[in-house]
Amino acid sequence: MQIKNILVATLIGFIFWVLLNNTLDPLILAIGAGLALILALLFCARCNVFSELKVTPAAFGYTFLYLGVFLVELVKSNLDVASRVITPSLPINPGIVEVKTHLKSRMGRMILANSITLTPGTLTIDIHEDTLYIHWIDVQTEDKQGATEKIVRKFEKYLEKIYG
Amino acid sequence: MELLAIIGALITLAGSIFLLLGAIGLLRMPDSYNRIQAGTKASTLGTILSFAGILLIMPGWWGKLLVLIISVIITNPVSSHVLARAAHYMGVPLTKTTLVDKYREEEEYIAVKDQNNEST
Repeated sequence: MQIKNILVATLIGFIFWVLLNNTLDPLILAIGAGLALILALLFCARCNVFSELKVTPAAFGYTFLYLGVFLVELVKSNLDVASRVITPSLPINPGIVEVKTHLKSRMGRMILANSITLTPGTLTIDIHEDTLYIHWIDVQTEDKQGATEKIVRKFEKYLEKIYG
Repeated sequence: MELLAIIGALITLAGSIFLLLGAIGLLRMPDSYNRIQAGTKASTLGTILSFAGILLIMPGWWGKLLVLIISVIITNPVSSHVLARAAHYMGVPLTKTTLVDKYREEEEYIAVKDQNNEST
């Protein structure tokens, strides 16, 4: 299982190396691969963040679906905040609510928390086991169940497939 | 080529408008948490659009721009979350129109639990 972590870390490092160097010269690629492997061995010798990653075609498909949903939400979020900012009466209705997540893996929870921060009017303040505390710019429901439905569900159904 | 540069410039302009709206949001919002909200969202899309515009003007830079966009998407929400959490721990007040603060209850619960642990 540890091999998988090191491999994924190496691959990520190598992809970044190629993107930054912007060349396909075999020598440069070889140096990059060597460096990525050394760094992964040094810094990821005991890490286990990637062992929860599912490497199946379905997971890849859902990753792209998720990215699409995420980008749409990001644009909606910006238009939402922009319209609130330029409305003279400043229509905000803020509060901190709690929501629950079914996601078990730490990686999945991290991505969920980050996605929530980047979507309309919500900002993750803290996460405590399976409870997330969210600052909501326009509180529609204070109830835990209702807030979970509104904020978490749209991402969770994809992340569940990717990270379980 | 010329057309691509014009489209790129327009996209960069759209990104700058989002950044400007984010700045206005920072000034208009009533408390720290709402300011963080306005700041994070507008700056994320604003920066992504600016980079996308530069990508059309300078296609050779795509690798570096992609790395920049990925790091903005990953680091922006993390930093805003840490700022908001630190503000709440320091007791920065929420604005008067705030409806609920479930997190306050949780913090008090943790504080009580810690005290009990210390006394035993």
